[in-house]
Amino acid sequence: MADQDILLAVRDLRVSFRLDRDLAFEAVKGVSFDVPANSTVALVGESGSGKSVTSLSILGLLPPENSRILPGSKILFGGHNLVELSASEKRRLRGAEISMIFQEPMSSLNPVLTVGYQLGEVLQLHLNLSPKQARTRAIELLREVGIPEPDRKIDAYPFQMSGGQQQRVMIAMAIACEPKLLIADEPTTALDVTIQRQILELIGELQKRHRMSVLFITHDLAVVGEIADRVVVMKDGIIREQGLAKDVFERPQDAYTKALLLCRPQLDRRPARLPVIDDFMSNGGKAPPALAERTRGLTGKEEFVLEVKGLCKDFHSREGLFGKRTFHAVKDVSFRLARGKTLGLVGESGSGKTTVGLTLMRLHEASSGEVLFDGKDLLALSPSEMMAYKRRIQIIFQNPYASLNPRFTVGAVLMEPMIIHSIGASEEERQKMAMDLLKRVGLPEVSFYKYPHEFSGGQRQRIAIARCLTMKPDVLICDESVSALDVSVQAQVLNLLQDLQDEFRMSYIFISHDLAVVKYISDQVMVMNEGVIVEIANSDDIYRAPKHPYTQKLLASIPKGWHHAP
Amino acid sequence: MTTMTASPHFVASPGLWTLAWRRMRRDHVGMVSLLIVAAFILMMIASGSGFLARDWSKEVGANYAPPTFVGADASGQSVIIPATEAGEGDVVESNVSDPIASELAELRPKPKGAVAGAGPSEGAVVDPLADIMAEIKGKGGTEAVKEQRAATLPFGADKWGRDVLQKVIKGSETSIFVGLAAALVATLLGTVFGAFSGYYGKWVDDFFNWFYSVFTSIPYLLLILAIAAVLQQKGLTTIILILGLTGWTGIYRLIRAEYLKHKSREYVQAADAIGASGNRRMFVHILPNVSHVILVQMSLHVVQFIKAEVILSFLGFGVPVDVVSWGSMLNEAQNELILGKWWQLVVAGTAMAVLVTAFSMLTDSLRDALDPKLK
Repeated sequence: MADQDILLAVRDLRVSFRLDRDLAFEAVKGVSFDVPANSTVALVGESGSGKSVTSLSILGLLPPENSRILPGSKILFGGHNLVELSASEKRRLRGAEISMIFQEPMSSLNPVLTVGYQLGEVLQLHLNLSPKQARTRAIELLREVGIPEPDRKIDAYPFQMSGGQQQRVMIAMAIACEPKLLIADEPTTALDVTIQRQILELIGELQKRHRMSVLFITHDLAVVGEIADRVVVMKDGIIREQGLAKDVFERPQDAYTKALLLCRPQLDRRPARLPVIDDFMSNGGKAPPALAERTRGLTGKEEFVLEVKGLCKDFHSREGLFGKRTFHAVKDVSFRLARGKTLGLVGESGSGKTTVGLTLMRLHEASSGEVLFDGKDLLALSPSEMMAYKRRIQIIFQNPYASLNPRFTVGAVLMEPMIIHSIGASEEERQKMAMDLLKRVGLPEVSFYKYPHEFSGGQRQRIAIARCLTMKPDVLICDESVSALDVSVQAQVLNLLQDLQDEFRMSYIFISHDLAVVKYISDQVMVMNEGVIVEIANSDDIYRAPKHPYTQKLLASIPKGWHHAP
Repeated sequence: MTTMTASPHFVASPGLWTLAWRRMRRDHVGMVSLLIVAAFILMMIASGSGFLARDWSKEVGANYAPPTFVGADASGQSVIIPATEAGEGDVVESNVSDPIASELAELRPKPKGAVAGAGPSEGAVVDPLADIMAEIKGKGGTEAVKEQRAATLPFGADKWGRDVLQKVIKGSETSIFVGLAAALVATLLGTVFGAFSGYYGKWVDDFFNWFYSVFTSIPYLLLILAIAAVLQQKGLTTIILILGLTGWTGIYRLIRAEYLKHKSREYVQAADAIGASGNRRMFVHILPNVSHVILVQMSLHVVQFIKAEVILSFLGFGVPVDVVSWGSMLNEAQNELILGKWWQLVVAGTAMAVLVTAFSMLTDSLRDALDPKLK
């Protein structure tokens, strides 16, 4: 520490948000940390921890109408206190000395301007280059961030590039003026694992080559373990622990840090239950006793509840006046689902894994194929015949904020399927069943009268699970059901799903891009790429010895965390 | 979010409307607007049920009696006209400036003499109803005179001496009712068309879009006149239908867009997954989620239709002559303005401006209250 220059020093930063006329909320409560020159500092925390607010206040990008940096806060950079700088001075610093990459490359680039124009604009504005010089420099930058054929791509529009390439353009823009500090706010969260790996490597490489500092903001400890020199762990606006990455990962002092490290499913272990934050907090900061490992996989004696044969799904789009283009989203997919077991379905975005789930339920009509359930082909049933089967296959969606009707009370949400399928004899009976289910998924009975917006993401996902349980389905499709949740909440929901499977002997189709989670929960794993199943095997086998090259590439991209870092 | 404490009493949580109302109550401009609008609507109801302005058509003041705060007209114009009506023989002579006074004087003695000489029978030949007329005139006229038509009224009087204030109150009944009812018709049409179009897509959408394009391709006033010509009668229902049948297009586009957006949302897919039917998804699931858009649109259209009624009446396609509305008042006012009688225009115009402005601001606050993200 002492032998390094401190580039950025944050001292006692306090930020408050005005929620109401006379109600304020302190999002950051006295945070102090340093970013040394030529190093990577990771700011880790779950949603609501104040990590993004901290980074935005460094850049002076907080919304001025409802937020305020409280007096006494200091952000020291290059001899200035950034908090006290005028707006124009701050603007000069942004882009030139400090720059930022955001989470969503798709919405950070202007869709109607070419990337060359957008890059050139930064260069002309900050470095006073002529348009011609700017173009030459822009091509160099695109080459540096690894865009193939930069001479041609410079005239491309953002939508003509993939998500990974767009993020590379954003990075090129951020490093265009050789900033001393690069702030990366969840730069890889919206990207697929294989792309995430490339972007992480790129950021690491650029950091070393340009001798700049990176403040890396993320919720994912596994990512942090690979790139960070120092780690700052935040929760509820305070710093719980900070130090060298080695110390934080190997000898975490704070109970919360310990919990964060352990509640995420790991590739090499599979405890019967995932530890959750509360276990650590109630245990005086000590890890709970290790639980027995759960064995997974099919033994060959299982009864199969669902059999899919040659499932195809095409999407048509109009092209030109009369032309029609067909996109094969799912091509000839066949698999069997065993009763009481979990089939994991992994693949990157666009691989068709969600389409498989929706087609099974006939939320999309399949183009061809059979889905045999109890010997009946679901795809051939008339809508009225299908009604009887609808309740037996249910789905839990990814986004718990979008899948519950905001105008319904939780009670109405739970009782609606019972009314539609005539479950329960009377209103009172249905209400009682709903209350029981709420208790079963770990929510208090008062929730019955509340609206979805009063619940957190994890609680809402529990409500969605309870809604499916009202129909006692045989098959439950979990479409990225835990992907939008914080690590600690993810562990709770995974535990709940496992408990329910043990209790009701339901079969799960668990769709996810998160390979660690799939490994933890699945008996069998099916890997999809471009609409085709490339490999299907017992989960332990597939992770130990992947056969298909695509599976191998996918597994190699998983962030390994600290333990495997060189 | 903090953990919930299980309270022994199960208190229902505030829903969207309660929360919106709470936000609304903090908005002072919105609340004042709401009070004004409510006052206007109360006034409309009171007038409709006969508590207010029942005698609006009574000629209580002098013709063109000016407002009290201006004071009685000194030029004497407003006095002359009642005088000619009130009685005949007594005043005319005094009018020196009358250019035909001499001729009148020549003519007048004749019948007088005839009556005096030949008795009533001859007079009856001249005018068989003279007696009755005289009787009526004697009664009505003297009574009117005895009632003492006020020289000034709080907000003035119109050509016939009717109180402008009473007229405005009575007129509000027509104008606001037309605005509300037409907005209801337009919103209903727009919402139902938009919902079907957006939700079902494909040929249903094509059909409604085609219908919409045809409707919007016809110039607005021409369309109104065409519908007025087809309906063939003047009246409140006609105006409401005209405005309602032509005004749904904007709402249709908005609701269609909302349905397009919502039908692919996960909560609608989730409803599909639990087996909810198409109609149930459309009207039980999606409709409450777009209801705030509908409400705001409806209140915008009330404003628009109040103005449209005024324009229609002003052009002469509005309410029949025996009904008063703000539009017909403004229509009358255009002639009066030439004579310098500005008060009817000002009073009717102010009433409309206050209501329309209050309604617009109320709409604004409603939108803020219902959709806090927009702020």
